[in-house]
Amino acid sequence: MKISNETIIEMYEKMVKIRKFENRAMNLFAEGQVGGFVHLYIGEEAVATGACASLRDDDYITSTHRGHGHILAKGGDMKYMMAELFGKDTGYCKGKGGSMHIADATKGILGANGIVGAGHNIATGAGLGIQYRGTDQVCACFFGDASTNQSTFHEGLNLASTWKLPVVFICENNGYGISVSQARHQNITDISQRAVSYNIPGITVDGNDVFAVFEAVQEAVARARKGQGPTLIECKTYRWRGHFEGDPTVYRPEGELEQWKKKDPIPRVEKYILDNQVMTQAEMDKLNEKIDALVEEAVDFAMASKFPDVSSAVEDVYTDIVEEGRSR
Amino acid sequence: MRELTYGQGIKEGMRIKMLENPDVFIFGEDVGLFGGCFGVTSGLFEEFGEKRVRDTPISEGAIIGAAVGAAAVGLRPIPELMFVDFSTVGMDQLVNQAAKMRYMFGGKLKLPMVVRLPSGGGVAAAAQHSQSLEAWFTHVPGLKVVYPSNAQDAIGLMLTAIDDDNPVIYLENKTLYAVASQVEDEVKPIPLGKANIKREGSDVTIITYGKQVYDSLKAAEILEKDGIDVEVIDLRSLYPLDTEAIFESVKKTHKVVIVSEEAKRGSYAGELAAIIADECFYECDAPIKRVCALNTPIPFSGNLEAYVLPNADDVVQAVKSLF
Repeated sequence: MKISNETIIEMYEKMVKIRKFENRAMNLFAEGQVGGFVHLYIGEEAVATGACASLRDDDYITSTHRGHGHILAKGGDMKYMMAELFGKDTGYCKGKGGSMHIADATKGILGANGIVGAGHNIATGAGLGIQYRGTDQVCACFFGDASTNQSTFHEGLNLASTWKLPVVFICENNGYGISVSQARHQNITDISQRAVSYNIPGITVDGNDVFAVFEAVQEAVARARKGQGPTLIECKTYRWRGHFEGDPTVYRPEGELEQWKKKDPIPRVEKYILDNQVMTQAEMDKLNEKIDALVEEAVDFAMASKFPDVSSAVEDVYTDIVEEGRSR
Repeated sequence: MRELTYGQGIKEGMRIKMLENPDVFIFGEDVGLFGGCFGVTSGLFEEFGEKRVRDTPISEGAIIGAAVGAAAVGLRPIPELMFVDFSTVGMDQLVNQAAKMRYMFGGKLKLPMVVRLPSGGGVAAAAQHSQSLEAWFTHVPGLKVVYPSNAQDAIGLMLTAIDDDNPVIYLENKTLYAVASQVEDEVKPIPLGKANIKREGSDVTIITYGKQVYDSLKAAEILEKDGIDVEVIDLRSLYPLDTEAIFESVKKTHKVVIVSEEAKRGSYAGELAAIIADECFYECDAPIKRVCALNTPIPFSGNLEAYVLPNADDVVQAVKSLF
């Protein structure tokens, strides 16, 4: 498949954005500026980027607790994301969601999700909505390897395949369900095998190769848009950080992380870009500087923003009821 | 006026909205070709077709989850689970997703969906097909909960629930499906949070909903012979709750009995008692009483089930204990 230079540059930019955003979030957490649970996407950038490059603004995604990458790849705005991580009122969720629950309906982002596996059925429902309306939109459902042991995986894929819904199921197999390695949580190596149970295409790709992910998702999206139903794509990748920030990662065999760092998806794209003269080194440097500035701008925006007024805590539970507050 | 059964009322409410709004559609276990386990959706499959009245796999997580997803992209789904007991299988989708998404996302999303859940015992269906779980749903911020007791309310509450932009749990009592009652020719939507005073009285207030409205009215007739004038309030909507109607009545009668079919421990009836104790304690001149099911699973054998579930005699006894 010939991928246009424009798409390659766009994907490179997204991957760098995710990496730099996550590195900054990591430091802010370490400094105590950002609290709560923060699950970083460093090392997995090629999956969200390659997948979302095949999506339009009016397509939907469901995300996971490790959602920053998906949201940035689908067009989320760093400023509002960073402000949400800080719990500020200018954040995507006005400080009510935090890192694990960022959503942006205007970009089709149906939300990051703190329940492992919850997205399978929600994405299926979005697919049902699309099919019901008769448009050619799709919904991409991101989920991890461990979530494929949840009943929701079976329920969602069963329904989506039975009704031929326009859903692309994208498994980010990063090798671990929190601390439990894949070999200890399921009796298979390739999760794409499970597609057989639903009589849908199942494919395993190198999740650190953004072009491989892009091509697989392109094809799956085309099938979905034509009403041919869902596809299961397994992207083999690795998370560089622990499950959450603060995780001591005692469960990792020695040398495993270093091996995976050699397969870092970003230098691989950079090499391709230089080898094929898509951009010059100077142009890439400039792009990196631009993204550094954007990240700092986002941090400044978040820091300058106010915390939400406590009275807002009782708003947004319903569209039409404000719950009772506290007198203090 | 005309006569309709409770089940026909539920159907009429859905049908009116389906004719009015193409975004409204039904799916669930055996709701299509089969017409619903209790026949509530019978005829809708033929009238609206498979696209709008869909049979699903027996897959409660997928049914509720698909409703959440479809609602999130702008439709107005009406998922049905065959028994409220099966909601446990789809509970994550209700409690962690449907109820919380709007809030977690800072009010950026609407989730208009009506989840139909047949509830209650009395049909020899034993422990996994007979429960009354309203306390679970009313406990979760983000859900609205209604429980009609008759055909007219079934229609009016359904019309409002479908138009509501929030997830609404629509509880139905399965012993009432065939019970007929008078219905206005054109039923108006009933606002959520408006109770209905079924019987005015001055001596004691019975607060109830669903099937126990009938038990309570029967008890009121018996008590009338003993010279006790009973007021019976049918809540219709459990959340939002018509606290005004409750407080007005308590201020008038100064005695309260709450009747529900739930296991008593941790029940919604307990929440009602607590609200009254918080807000109207000094208006009460007797303890606030609850008449509920016993704290057991619902047994199969007829005599055991009848013993466990509350009836009109239990209500009479509870009221008399206050005088």
